[in-house]
Amino acid sequence: MSTALNPDEHLDGSGNRIGPALRTEALEQLLTERGLVDPNVMDKFIATYETAVGPLNGAKVVAKAWTDPEYKARLLAEGTAAIKELGFAGPQGEHIVVVENTDSVHNVVVCTLCSCYPWPVLGLPPAWYKDPAYRARVVREPRKVLSEMGCEVGDDVEIIVRDSSAEVRWLVLPQQPAGTEGLSEEELIPLITRDALVGVAHISAP
Amino acid sequence: MSAATNLLDLDADENSAPPRANGELVFAEPWESRAFGMALTLYDSGLFTWPQFQAALIARIAAWENHHPEGECYSYYTQWLGALEDVLAGDGTVFTDEISQRAEELAARPAGHDHRDDEHGHGHGHGH
Repeated sequence: MSTALNPDEHLDGSGNRIGPALRTEALEQLLTERGLVDPNVMDKFIATYETAVGPLNGAKVVAKAWTDPEYKARLLAEGTAAIKELGFAGPQGEHIVVVENTDSVHNVVVCTLCSCYPWPVLGLPPAWYKDPAYRARVVREPRKVLSEMGCEVGDDVEIIVRDSSAEVRWLVLPQQPAGTEGLSEEELIPLITRDALVGVAHISAP
Repeated sequence: MSAATNLLDLDADENSAPPRANGELVFAEPWESRAFGMALTLYDSGLFTWPQFQAALIARIAAWENHHPEGECYSYYTQWLGALEDVLAGDGTVFTDEISQRAEELAARPAGHDHRDDEHGHGHGHGH
């Protein structure tokens, strides 16, 4: 047995290095053949963990807006500049407009043309964001789509669907959950999810 | 759609925490996410405990820091894969030599075979 070797140090029959990509593929094959790993289940695990922590930058922006009324005013007036104050900017984050969810208005973001996404603040777009069915249906029947996603919006609340484009990337400022008014920015950050920043989820108190 | 409950805290130990950007895991190449997924799936099915895997990972990282080929860049997921191999070999689930043999077979696939493009070092000649 040669467990002391790095995976990188193995050589194939012709003396070439066998890289970790091939060893990984080999291991996945062996584990799958032995019934120890189901590649489909594995895909789900990867997707879940990849984004489990959530988009920290977007969460920091929201937590600051919740705890600092002056920052919130700047954020709603000039999103790009206010987000840049916290040091977040990037090729796809240049024209961010922040819209606030309130007791009477619920904003939800979609990109009907492609899948424009403010990734410097939101991180990786979730798979459903690129799904043509989501894109088409959320415009046509947003209340129903939101409800299917577990985000109930009362009949007395107006839903505004924000269509992202090359010019404007939308970011939703979710409502701060009741009972969290006394929490600090640091305590609020972990509560804020990606889905809430796209407007397909509410944020609940811890 | 929202984060599932009962997820492992991958960042509990700062010496073995995975690389992240904007809070999310960063996979530089596709195989890294497969290696990641295998460990999490096997842990979930109870093949090993997380502390067991974590100890193997910490040992791998320490060993690399202690000694590595000159000029070799640190790769977190290479250590991760090594740790997974160690744990699986340790209880006889999959032996290191079996992996090497299968990897050799994969490397010997004819040029033009539709394998992933993230492999390097074995001189296959098809371009994309």
